[in-house]
Amino acid sequence: MQAENILILGLNHKTAPVEIREKMAFSGDNPLPLKELMSLEGCVECCMLSTCNRVEIISVSKHPDQTGRAMRRFLFGNSGLSEDESEKYSYLHTGDDAVRHLFRVGASLDSMIVGEPQILGQLKQAYKIASEKNCTGAILNRFLHKSFSVAKRIRTETNIGGSAVSISFAAVELAKKILGELKGKTVMLLGAGEMAELAAEHLINQGIDHVVVVNRTFENAVKLAKRFNGSAAGLDELLTKLEDVDILISSTGATDLVLLRDQVKPVMKQRMNRPLFLIDIAVPRDLDPEINDLDNVYLYDIDDLKHVVDINKAERDKEAAKGERIVAEETMKFRQWLDGMEITPTIVALRKKAGLIWESEVARTLAKMDDPSPETIESIKKLGNAIIGKLLHNPILYLKSEGHEENKSERLALVRQLFALDDSDTDDPESL
Amino acid sequence: MTLLFQLTFLIYLFTTATYTVFFFNQNERLRLLARYSMIVAGIAHLGYTIGRYIISGHTPITSNHEAVSFFALAVTWGYLSYRWRYKVKNFGVFVSPVITALMLVAALSSQQFSELPPALQSLWLPVHASIAILANGFLALAFSGGIMYLLQEREIKNKRFGLFYSRLPSLEALDNLNRYSLATGFPLLTLGIITGSIWAKQAWGSYWQWDPKETWSLITWFLYAAILHLRFTAGWRRRRAAIMAIIGFLAALFTLWGVNFLIVGGLHSYAS
Repeated sequence: MQAENILILGLNHKTAPVEIREKMAFSGDNPLPLKELMSLEGCVECCMLSTCNRVEIISVSKHPDQTGRAMRRFLFGNSGLSEDESEKYSYLHTGDDAVRHLFRVGASLDSMIVGEPQILGQLKQAYKIASEKNCTGAILNRFLHKSFSVAKRIRTETNIGGSAVSISFAAVELAKKILGELKGKTVMLLGAGEMAELAAEHLINQGIDHVVVVNRTFENAVKLAKRFNGSAAGLDELLTKLEDVDILISSTGATDLVLLRDQVKPVMKQRMNRPLFLIDIAVPRDLDPEINDLDNVYLYDIDDLKHVVDINKAERDKEAAKGERIVAEETMKFRQWLDGMEITPTIVALRKKAGLIWESEVARTLAKMDDPSPETIESIKKLGNAIIGKLLHNPILYLKSEGHEENKSERLALVRQLFALDDSDTDDPESL
Repeated sequence: MTLLFQLTFLIYLFTTATYTVFFFNQNERLRLLARYSMIVAGIAHLGYTIGRYIISGHTPITSNHEAVSFFALAVTWGYLSYRWRYKVKNFGVFVSPVITALMLVAALSSQQFSELPPALQSLWLPVHASIAILANGFLALAFSGGIMYLLQEREIKNKRFGLFYSRLPSLEALDNLNRYSLATGFPLLTLGIITGSIWAKQAWGSYWQWDPKETWSLITWFLYAAILHLRFTAGWRRRRAAIMAIIGFLAALFTLWGVNFLIVGGLHSYAS
């Protein structure tokens, strides 16, 4: 198999604006059009990944050029875009470029937020669907599994997913650093801004137990509380309610400060100094900055959180560079495997392995004999040679047999697996 | 015996060095190496203490060398017992230097075997002294946790994340460590004072004599009692609890050594 037979056609947040990506999304309840893709000219194997930020078709083709063009026509068929436009918004990678690209996608090096873990799950799901529909074969099976293990390796060997790089995740991370486990804790939303909602959602995903919504307009508080299955309160109840919450997210539209240091101080006494984490995402600010001076109270405003995110992003970029090195290394290894998927290198590898076994077994047998004559040595060598030659005859014929091109890679994969030709641990004939 | 002590000391030094390097480069293998090395040091140290017991024929807590070495042993096993039940990120990094510092003091003290003075020839010696020192071991854990708390809290409060933020556990976990260490250390400290008092009655005919060591142990006890009381009634938790754990431990150290060095005389002066 030649590496150039692998191709990836796709578009993502870097190449296409959101309006275009929306038109392409094959997500939701619609089944992926794998059958149609398989019927495209030259297509032997295929898999399709579709998320809100990217659509990718990964395929193996006998005629990469034709398949690539057909895939593009297929993908943009209903979009109303001209051929030039569809070329402008998409990318087509083949060979090593395609391998490198998929490894980067799986490891989340190509994502909008580098290091976010969701993409790997989506890729695994895409593979599951494709293999269930029998659209993957020896090459894609190996290729996609390899992309999962590369992603895992990068996650283990670098700190790429180590720190939060969005405001709401930074808030969650800080909350955990201050309060430990978030299970059973209570969060209060003061005001009802969109960002506060988002932050509250993230906190709920982390196990926050209860949400209290406090708002100037009580009706709005009730509406929002309903969404989180929480309770609502009026602004006059703010201080009383504050005694029971662990995290406060404030985002009112008020022009002045809503909560002052001297108001929080007695609340802390009532709370027996239980720690309180305050997040002020309103502009202008809602919470008196001096509140942070109180013991066991931690106040972060939007600039503080942005600062945390910037530090984390810089840290991730450094880690991403390490990830790229791993991708380069793994791409090279995968290329070697692909090269081995040609018939001649596989036969050579098979003979080499047999030769190693022959050598070691002959040496072992001769070592056990007392002073064998040159004739005996020659006979034993011949015997070993003859057994190996006859044993390999049929597998080699099987490899060379005429048949469909798509069966060729299956046959190669089978023989390579049967004789463990890709397993470096079994190079040593003693281990067989 | 000296050789075994030196070997133990070296393993502790190695543990501390490994933990320190791990703290900076965060290589997981180093952390594992440091942990195993700490266990090996703890076992060697136990062997040394038992060996000394067999040779001298009495519990080896009577000279400064023995008391401090036993103290280090208590911190080590206190830490290992805690680590076995709970996980506090990088706790070993902060505990191992405390142990090594104690071992250094023990190494610099005279390691000679001494005759047991008549006043100490009692069954109460192993009971009283080992409980008292074990209590100090747990108070040392609270001290290490307190330092970790203050370092972590400073970065979170000032919003300047440096070396410690990602490397230290949550403030909650550190506060729990403080609570656990005091909840174990304080009853032991109380028991140490009670057994000492009973022993004093047997040896000298009176439960309490206001000997400097007794006075200071009472001051330390009151300090820790206040810490616990304030923790549960006035909400002195977290930062204040961490500061108090540090102050309390310094008082405990003063009771153990300071009294002997600074205040001459007293009934406990044999241990200097």
